[in-house]
Amino acid sequence: MEPIDQEVDETTLELPSDPMQLLMGPSHPAMHGTVRIVLDLSGETVVRADVQIGYLHRGFEKMCERGTWSQCFPYVDRCNYASPMLNNVGFALAVEKLCGITVPERAQYYRVVMGELARMADHLVCTAAMCMELGAFTPFLWFTRAREMIFDILEEETGARITHSFARVGGMAQPPTDHFKPAIRAALPAVLASMEEGLSLVERNRIFIDRTADVAAISGQDAVSMGWTGPCLRSAGVPYDVRKAHPYLVYDRFDFDVPVGTRGDNYDRFMIRMEEIRQSARIIGQALDQMPDEGPVRIDDRRYVLPDKDEVYATIESTIQHFKIVMEGIPVPAGEAYGFTEAANGQLGFYLVSDGTGTPWRVRIRPPCFPIVSTLGRLITHRMIPDIIPTFGSLNMIGGECDH
Amino acid sequence: MSQKLLDLLRNRFASDILETSSLHGDDTAVVTPSRWRDIARFLRDDPDCKMNLPVDLCGVDFLDRDPRFEVVLHLESLDLRHRLRLKTRVGDRDGDGAQVDSLVEVWPGLNWFERETWDMFGIRFIGHPDLRRILTYDEFEGHPLRKDYAAHRTQPLVPYREGPDVLDKQEPFGADEGMSFGRKTFGSDEAPETEVS
Repeated sequence: MEPIDQEVDETTLELPSDPMQLLMGPSHPAMHGTVRIVLDLSGETVVRADVQIGYLHRGFEKMCERGTWSQCFPYVDRCNYASPMLNNVGFALAVEKLCGITVPERAQYYRVVMGELARMADHLVCTAAMCMELGAFTPFLWFTRAREMIFDILEEETGARITHSFARVGGMAQPPTDHFKPAIRAALPAVLASMEEGLSLVERNRIFIDRTADVAAISGQDAVSMGWTGPCLRSAGVPYDVRKAHPYLVYDRFDFDVPVGTRGDNYDRFMIRMEEIRQSARIIGQALDQMPDEGPVRIDDRRYVLPDKDEVYATIESTIQHFKIVMEGIPVPAGEAYGFTEAANGQLGFYLVSDGTGTPWRVRIRPPCFPIVSTLGRLITHRMIPDIIPTFGSLNMIGGECDH
Repeated sequence: MSQKLLDLLRNRFASDILETSSLHGDDTAVVTPSRWRDIARFLRDDPDCKMNLPVDLCGVDFLDRDPRFEVVLHLESLDLRHRLRLKTRVGDRDGDGAQVDSLVEVWPGLNWFERETWDMFGIRFIGHPDLRRILTYDEFEGHPLRKDYAAHRTQPLVPYREGPDVLDKQEPFGADEGMSFGRKTFGSDEAPETEVS
């Protein structure tokens, strides 16, 4: 189509030449999460973008300084509401690092399986939301259906759909249920089938590819210097995965691939997440085969682990122990430790400072999406307004985590 | 491998490295604030360090120490697979004079981390291109993660509604609510309205 103003001499037009300011968010229908972007626009092109976060700031770190170490678990749940189990395990591992605890092998496998399920759920949420915001509503339904199957398993195991608060310092709250393994083995093929079906709807879709491929690309070097980790960094071609680089739990016993992208654009970020779901399924399959069916899921150390309820009601020692742990908290030795794991969105770190009492002196969360969202402004500058939507979707901002 | 890194730092910056430790597998070097940026740049550029990933930057408030704050930086090298925690100590007991050089020009990814540390602790980063509050709002008074900022203090940007029909909005929790047994409290003996850190 010919531009309509072809013959118009622009010098005679009295149109404003200043950039127009557009306030996008904090509650915008085309974006999930509470973020506000102040855009300076020239026509429909972004010339400057100021990304403002903090609308979901709930003082997570301040709250952790009030209670006991165990009371932090519900807070870390609510930091990342898309994959709370990974946050649970990450925090437990950080405290255990400070205490010098290694949990029993069965608990380690249990944590791996639950964590990988949560990772699949997180990737499904992110990609589903991204599809929906691009107008593809059917993949959203398919991915959400797959996610619900995962949530059914997690609910069966922990009693809660999302906010599990299931990890403990020294193990897990409960041993796996009897039908833990068969339920996952039955559900995994259905989850993957639903995911592949949803993916096939957008994989070769012209609109989807046009809006994601080569949009908001970043080089590997830039991504590293901006502090990116996780799928977003790997999409830029940097094969860094904490599970491979610094193996924790029993990740060194599994055979899985770390997918990397080539261009670091929205399409790569989307596809990396899809591939990671398949890899997580591989890990879960191997972990279920290797996981022992018998054995404790908590360490046998009364300083850290609550005694069983029937003992609490029967013996005075257990009653005292129960009270000491609940009232005073677990005795974490004075010192500091940085525990880090690969969460669904990148490196999730907890920097803990203990003064030797039952209460944390400082709990610092290193949210993986915080440095990633800080780059959003740069990625969308000189691009069109519609490019903001897939870019924001593919970065997977989790408001609770990003805003602490 | 990592001990090598600490030795390297000690040889290069001798008296500016105040202390080093390796606890729980985390190598830590405490440095003087005046050389903060030089050491950071060395860590990024030296072929034996190659610290290219800025993992995290945060503050810690040790209320009764002088200097009061610690600025804690976690670094990682993706090529050499080693990690380092770099710390510096700033600020006097009242929290005044807490400032250190900004590292945004060394690792641009630290931009928001430094803004957050300024917002939460009031540690000023000299040379930061855009040192605004990030998690709270411009009208916010004080710095909430300082220990002398009472945890139950509220600063609503939009005032609480009044009137008989409206559900009375109460303070989110009392001064001691949720506190573990025998915990020392900070800042809660003063009235919330008057207390400014």
